[in-house]
Amino acid sequence: MQPLPKWADATLVPLLSILIAFAISGVVILAIGKDPVEATKVMVTGALGSTYGWGYTLYYATSFTFTGLAVAVAFHAGLFNIGGEGQATLGGLGVALVLLHMAWPHWSLALLAAMAGAMAFGAAWALLPAWLQARRGSHIVITTIMFNFIAAALLNYILVNVLRPTGQMDPATARFAADLALPKLHEMLGWLGIPFARRTPANLGLVVALAAAVLVWGLLWHTRLGFQLRAFGKSEPAARYAGISPVRVTLYAMLISGALAGLMAVNTVMGEQQRLVMNAAGGAGFIGIAVALMGRSHPLGVVLAALLFGFLYQGGAEMAIWMQIPRELIVVIQALVILFTGALDNMVRMPVAWAFRLLRGGR
Amino acid sequence: MDLAVIGGGPAAAAPRPPAIELRGISKAFGSVQANRNISIRVERGTIHGIVGENGAGKSTLMSILYGFYRADAGEILIDGRPTPIPDSQAAIRAGIGMVFQHFKLVENFTVLENIVLGAEEGHLLAPSLAKARRALTALAHDHELQVDPDAVVEELSVGHQQRVEILKALYRKAEILILDEPTGVLTPAEADHLFRILANLRAEGKTIILITHKLREIMAATDRVSVMRRGEMVATRRTAETSPEELAELMVGRKVLLQVEKGPARPGPAVLEVENLRVRDTRGVERLKGVSFTVRAGEILGIAGVAGNGQSELLEVLGGFAAGQGRVRLNGVALDLTGRRSDGQTRRAAGIAHVPEDRQRLGLIMDFAAWENIAFGYHHDPAYQRNRLVMDNAAVLAATRGKLARFDVRPPDPWLAARNFSGGNQQKLVLAREIERDPELLLVGQPTRGVDIGAVEFIHRRLIALRDAGRAILLVSVELDEILGLADRIAVMFDGRIMGERDPAETDERELGLLMAGVVPGARNGAA
Amino acid sequence: MDVAAILSILEGTIRLSTPLLLACLAGLFSERAGVFDIGLEGKMLIAAFFSAAVAALAGSAWVGLAAGVAAALVLAVIHGLASITFRGNQLIAGVAINFLAAGLTVLVAENWFRLGGRTPSLSGEARFQGLTLPLTETLAGVPLLGPFWGTVISGHALLAYLAFLAVPATWWILYRTRFGLRLRAVGENPAAVDTAGISVVALRYAAVMICGLLCGLAGVYLATALSAGFVKDMSGGRGFIALAALIFAKWRPWSAMGATLLFGFLQSVATRFPRLDLGIVVVPAQFIDALPYLLTVVILAGFVGKAIPPRAGGTAYVKEHG
Repeated sequence: MQPLPKWADATLVPLLSILIAFAISGVVILAIGKDPVEATKVMVTGALGSTYGWGYTLYYATSFTFTGLAVAVAFHAGLFNIGGEGQATLGGLGVALVLLHMAWPHWSLALLAAMAGAMAFGAAWALLPAWLQARRGSHIVITTIMFNFIAAALLNYILVNVLRPTGQMDPATARFAADLALPKLHEMLGWLGIPFARRTPANLGLVVALAAAVLVWGLLWHTRLGFQLRAFGKSEPAARYAGISPVRVTLYAMLISGALAGLMAVNTVMGEQQRLVMNAAGGAGFIGIAVALMGRSHPLGVVLAALLFGFLYQGGAEMAIWMQIPRELIVVIQALVILFTGALDNMVRMPVAWAFRLLRGGR
Repeated sequence: MDLAVIGGGPAAAAPRPPAIELRGISKAFGSVQANRNISIRVERGTIHGIVGENGAGKSTLMSILYGFYRADAGEILIDGRPTPIPDSQAAIRAGIGMVFQHFKLVENFTVLENIVLGAEEGHLLAPSLAKARRALTALAHDHELQVDPDAVVEELSVGHQQRVEILKALYRKAEILILDEPTGVLTPAEADHLFRILANLRAEGKTIILITHKLREIMAATDRVSVMRRGEMVATRRTAETSPEELAELMVGRKVLLQVEKGPARPGPAVLEVENLRVRDTRGVERLKGVSFTVRAGEILGIAGVAGNGQSELLEVLGGFAAGQGRVRLNGVALDLTGRRSDGQTRRAAGIAHVPEDRQRLGLIMDFAAWENIAFGYHHDPAYQRNRLVMDNAAVLAATRGKLARFDVRPPDPWLAARNFSGGNQQKLVLAREIERDPELLLVGQPTRGVDIGAVEFIHRRLIALRDAGRAILLVSVELDEILGLADRIAVMFDGRIMGERDPAETDERELGLLMAGVVPGARNGAA
Repeated sequence: MDVAAILSILEGTIRLSTPLLLACLAGLFSERAGVFDIGLEGKMLIAAFFSAAVAALAGSAWVGLAAGVAAALVLAVIHGLASITFRGNQLIAGVAINFLAAGLTVLVAENWFRLGGRTPSLSGEARFQGLTLPLTETLAGVPLLGPFWGTVISGHALLAYLAFLAVPATWWILYRTRFGLRLRAVGENPAAVDTAGISVVALRYAAVMICGLLCGLAGVYLATALSAGFVKDMSGGRGFIALAALIFAKWRPWSAMGATLLFGFLQSVATRFPRLDLGIVVVPAQFIDALPYLLTVVILAGFVGKAIPPRAGGTAYVKEHG
C-alpha cells in the first residue's frame, strides 16, 4: 500500500482525530442539554480571551509539556510509561524536601536544586519498573500502573505521618519560604514591558518546559543515546545486533522519562502551590499520554498538544462556572483524544490513505 | 539426495476435469501486483510443482487458493465446478489442505488438540478428542506419519511438527494438499521421507501442489511443473520433458550463470580460531555442542547445513550478541564470550563486521532512513561525531551518498526508509555498511536470501573481492549451490556440531547432503 | 482478636473479593483470547453508575443490572473496535476507556441527579439484598460451623454466589468445550485458528464481550450490593487489583479465585483496622492499601514463579504470507 505522505501522517491524521473527538464531545454536551456552540465560546473567551485566561492556559500547558515529553521519550524507546502520575508525585516530594530542609540564599539557586530534586525523585520512581522490565521482563505498563498506586499510598503516608507540621489538620507540608517563589509570568513579561494579568499561576516553569522540549529534540535526533533509544524502540533484536544494550537503553529512557515527569513539580509545587499537598500531580501524568499521542511523540507536537490541553483545562473550568457543565467533560474529551489519536488511529488513517490514492488518480 | 525413485508417475490423460483450475487470478497489495492474470490446471492424482524466485507470487497464489487472501479478479474451479473460496473454511470444505512454510500450530497444545482445532464435533471436547485419537492411529499406520498424539507440539522436532500439519489436512479429508517450501527446514533424509509420503498420497488419488525454489526437488518429485515470474505464470511443462537449465531460464527470464567466477584462494595466517564453542538457548537446550574451526585471511569458509542446526547461534555468538562458552581468538587475541565485557560494539571495534541472516529483523531498522541505517551499529564511529555529545548527521549523510553510489543501491535516496527499498537493495545497504569497514573478519549469513538474480551476482562479486583483498570471510548459507560456488573450504553443521570439512573441488552435493543429515560417509558413524 | 472479629473479617473478605473476582475472570477471558485489557476499571465504573442510576429511577435492582451490564458492553464494543477491528494499541484503548468512564459517569450523574456526581441512595427493591442460605437456622446452634455458615457463607447478595460459581464454570468452558479450546488457541497463535477456518475476529469479539459482561456484573455488585448507590470513582482501582490478581493467578481460573480472595482479605483487614498493631510494629493502612500492588510487582519480577502471559496477547492479528 502506498504510504501516506509524511506531512499528512504528522498533521492531517491527528487533526482529523481531534476534530472527531471534539465533534463527539459536542454531541455529549448536546446530550446533557447544553449548547455546544455556547460552550465553545465560553471556553475560548475564558481560556484565550484575556491575559488572565492565557495565564492559566499556559500554566496547565507547562505541566502537560513535562508529562507529555516524559511519555514521548519512553514511546521512542518502545516503552509505554503510564507511570507519569506517580513519577510526578514523587517529583513533588523531591521539590518539597529540597526546599523545606535546606536554606537557599536566592530563588534561582533554589530552582536549580528543586529541579535536581524533582528529576532525581521522578527518575528514581521510574528506575525500579525500568530495571524489572530490562532484567526480569516484567511488563512495564503493569508495573508503572502499580507504582502509581504505591506512590499515592506513599505520599499519603508521608504527608499524614511525616511531613505534616504539628497542629495542622490537612495533610500537606508547611509552606516554603516566601522568597523562594519563582517569578510569575507577569513579572517576567513586565521586565520586557509587556502587560499581563497578575493573579495567574503561570511562572518561570514555562521557560523550563520549553527548554526541556528543545533538549529532548536534541537528545532524540542529535545524540548517540537518542539514536540508540530510537533504534531500540523500533526493533529490539536489531538493536542487540548493533551492540545497543537493551538494559542500558531501557534504564536511560525510563530515567529520562521519569525525570521529565518529576520536573512537572517545579511548575506546580514550587511555582504555584508553594507546598506539597495530597494528589499534587492531579492527573497531569495521565494527560501526558494524550499529549504524547496527539503530538506524535515529537517535542514540537507535544508542546502544541500541551497547549491545546491547557486550553481545554482552563476553558473547562470556565465552562463549569458559567454553564454548570461539570469539569469531568474535560476527562471525556481527554479520553476521546486518546481513543482516536491512539487506539483508533487506523480508523482515521484508512479513509485518509484512500482519499490520497483517489487524488493521485491511480489505484 | 536420492529422489529419483519417485519421479515419473501416472500422468495418463484423464477424461475427468482437473482437480483444480484457476482462471485469470489477479491480486494486488497496494501498488504491488503480486499475481497477474494467472491460469493453471492441476490434474487429479498428480504432483504438480510450482517454481519461481522469491517474490514471484507463488505463496500469494496458494494463499488465494486456500482462502487466506481474496483475489481481485478470476475464478477457481474445483473438479470442474466454479467454487468461490472466500475464507479458509470454504477451502477446507472444498477438500483443500495446506501446509504452510511457517507452521500454523499452537505450540503449547498437544498434537491431538492441534488436530481437532477447527474440526471439532459438537460443543464438547471429549468426544472430538476421542474420535481424533482413533483416526490418528489409522492415518499414522497408512501413511508413515507416526506422532505421539499427547506430545506437546513445542517439544517435537521440526520434521514431526510438519507431520502434524499434514495429519491436520488429512484429518479434514483433504483431497488436494498444498505444501509451501516444505523442505526448507528438513534434512535431506527427512525430505526423502516426506517425498515418499507424498508419492503414497498420490497413489491414493490425492492431488498435491508442491511450491519450492529447489529445482532438484521439482525434477525428482513432480509430474508437471509450472513456472512463475514476477506475478505471472510463464510456462507449464511435463517434468519429464524439461531440464533444470530450462526451468532456471524461465524463472529469471534470461540465461543464468550458475557458476561464480573466482580465482584460487591465497590463504594467509589464521584470523579466526574457534575452539570447542558451546551455546545454550534461553530454555537451556544446547544449540552448539563444541564447535571448532579456523578461518584464514584471504579465504571463505562456508558453513553448510539445514536451517536450525546451530548456524544462527554461531553467528550470534561471534557477532557478540549472544553468550557462549569455549575459546575464540581473533588474530590471536581472545574474545570475551560471556557477553559481560563484550557486545556488538566491541566486536566491531575488534574488526568483525556482520551481515546478519535476517536483514529485516536484525540488519536494518526498517523505519529508519537509509542514512540512519548506514550509521546503525557504527554510531560510535568518531567520523560520525561532531563532539562528545552530538552526532554529525551531515557526515553520515555524506558517507551514505557515497556508499549508495558505489553499491548501486536504487533509488540512491539517503532519506528513503529502509522498508521502501526492494530486498536486494536492502541487502546492498547492509553490505555497503559492513564491507567498506574493511573488516578483519566478515560474518555473512544467507547473503542472497530473497534477493533478485541481478543483485546475487553483484553480492557474490563483492564477497570474492573482499576475500581477494586478504580478508577472512565466514559464510553461512542453506543454499548448497551458493556454498559450493563461493567457499574455499566447506564445513557442514548438524545438530550443533561440525560433521566434517570438505574441499569444494573434491566433494559433491550427495556427500554434503549426507553430512547435513548427520551421517559421515565411509568412516565412523554420525554423532547424532 | 476474638472469634466475632475473625468472622467479620472473613465475611468482609467474601464481600470485597466478589467484585475483584468477577473483574479478574473478565480479564481472564479477554487476555486468554489475546486481547489485553487494562480497561477493566472503566467498564466496572460505568456499570456501577448506570446500574445505580437506573435502579434508582426504576426502583428495581434487576433493571439496574441490565442497564449496568449494557453500559459495560458498550465500552467492550469500543475496546473490540479499537483493538480487533482497527488493530490499534490495546493498552492505549484500555487507558482511553478508563478515562471515558471516569468522565462520563460524573457528567451524566450530575446531569440526571444534581447530587455532585453521585446517585440517590438505593434501598429496598432497588438494591440486591443478602440471601439467607438454607441450613442457616439448622446450623445456628453448632459451635464454630454455625456462626461461620451464618456470617461468612450465608447472607451475601446473589451476585456474590454467581461470582464464585463462575470459577468452575470458567474452568469448564476453557478446558472442556470447543469454544474454550479455540479461545485459548487464539490467544496463543491466531494464525493457527485462522488457517483452521475459524474467524479470529469473531472469537476475540466473543471474548471481549464476555469480559464486558463480567465487568458489568462486577460494577453492578459494587453499586447495588456492596454499596447503596454510586459515588464518583467508586471502583477505586479495583480493576487494576483484578488485573494484578490475574497475573498473580497466571491466567488460570481457580488461581484467580485464590488471588482475589487474598486481595479481598487484605482489603477487609485494612477496612477493619485502619492501623494494624502487630505488637512490634504498627502497620499503616496505606501500606495495606498498597500491598496488592506491591505483591503484583514482586510476582511480575519473577521472584515467586514466572508469570507467562498468552503468547499472542497484546497484538492485533494481521494475515501474513507463508
